[in-house]
Amino acid sequence: MIRTGIVHIILFFVYVMVQVVLLKNLVLFDTAFCFLYVAFVLLLPFELSIVVMVLIGFLMGFAIDIFYNSMGLHAFATVLISYLRNKWMSVITPQGGYDSGDSPTMSANGVQWFLVYSIPLVFIHHLVLFFAEAFGFEMFWFTMLKVIGSLFFTITVILFLQFLVPQRRRI
Amino acid sequence: MERLLKFIYEYRAFFTFLFLELMCAWLIVENNQFQSSAYFNSSNRLAANVLGFSQGIREYLSLRTINNDLSQENAILRSALEKRNERIFAAQIPEIKDSLIAQRFEYIGAKVMSNSTEFYKNYITIDKGKLDGIQPGMAAISMSGAVGKVKSVSDHFAVLTSLLHTNEMVSCIVKQKEYFGTAQWDGTDSRYTQLRYIPRHANPAVGDSVITSGYNAVFPKGVLVGVIQSATLDEESPFWNIQVKLAQDFSRLSFVELVKSNLKWERDSLVQVTIGEIND
Repeated sequence: MIRTGIVHIILFFVYVMVQVVLLKNLVLFDTAFCFLYVAFVLLLPFELSIVVMVLIGFLMGFAIDIFYNSMGLHAFATVLISYLRNKWMSVITPQGGYDSGDSPTMSANGVQWFLVYSIPLVFIHHLVLFFAEAFGFEMFWFTMLKVIGSLFFTITVILFLQFLVPQRRRI
Repeated sequence: MERLLKFIYEYRAFFTFLFLELMCAWLIVENNQFQSSAYFNSSNRLAANVLGFSQGIREYLSLRTINNDLSQENAILRSALEKRNERIFAAQIPEIKDSLIAQRFEYIGAKVMSNSTEFYKNYITIDKGKLDGIQPGMAAISMSGAVGKVKSVSDHFAVLTSLLHTNEMVSCIVKQKEYFGTAQWDGTDSRYTQLRYIPRHANPAVGDSVITSGYNAVFPKGVLVGVIQSATLDEESPFWNIQVKLAQDFSRLSFVELVKSNLKWERDSLVQVTIGEIND
């Protein structure tokens, strides 16, 4: 338990650094962003209570906000999905349930489950993020293009990492 | 009371969630103010240094173009200075005695630590701060044109709102025609900005330069914003739709100059006194 905690604290900083040093500069066609840090929230262990989840989500979003100069924007979207995560997970429980003490990774539950789990949450995150940034619906289709483009980009990178990282490692 | 506490405890997850979301919403609204003294942005030392690291790599790769641009700017400035000197010599204009007028604007050079062009609200972090004399509200220009306005400062760093920020408005005039309007970005293409409020009877043409008007004392008069790329007039609209190609390519911004307007406070206080009198 303590070991998992320490691993996750280190991972927190790794995700933030990768996001702000590397992925911040990587925007495809001026529309597709990669917000990989969302994966940190998505892949936290099952047994965390919602209160802890929401607080971690806030810290993560806030850390990203500092670097993106976007006070509260990423925090808002990340808190939302970290609140919805457990609820969504209980909706899509596979037959036989989850193994306790595990993280909702692809290797534990299969590709199909993982896609069903991650795509809606990442979509909600991006939707809230980009529309809150636009502060309205004036540029609806352009904002939507950004949402969809970033959804593809982020999901691809998350899946890629899931394939890359060997079994039972929690990243 | 006990029941209320029990109720809150029962739904503590939801209440924590609600509390955090409201706090974030408040932060978002607060950050949309033009000048904010927010400490939690990239003007804090740690964030700026991390961002500076990745900018450093990018900058190293484009060192050649930066050098080229700088030497070209040097050449332009030198010839402009020469021209002016000749004119002063020929016309025998005496030097300006009032030191305040002679030094209306001071320039402070700064390096860009981080920059973005893809969001609706883009910010630029620079490596000069309060201790270098930078204050919120100062204008930032580059050798090619206007860049933005200082939003918040820390001791050693500052965050600028870029011209590529949907709330940033700059008072401009069409140089050849002297009509004035406001440049405001629409959030789509980082190469173009929009010039608004040019009345119907004006006749802007493609290729006209758009420069800052100097009316709001943030930008000095005559800083190039861009060149008109297209101008169309809708049937009913009272204003022209003008697209301006930005003079500064924001995707490769590496150095900026901050403009310190020494007479700004005097001018602002005068305006305030005048408006106060009208209201009385």
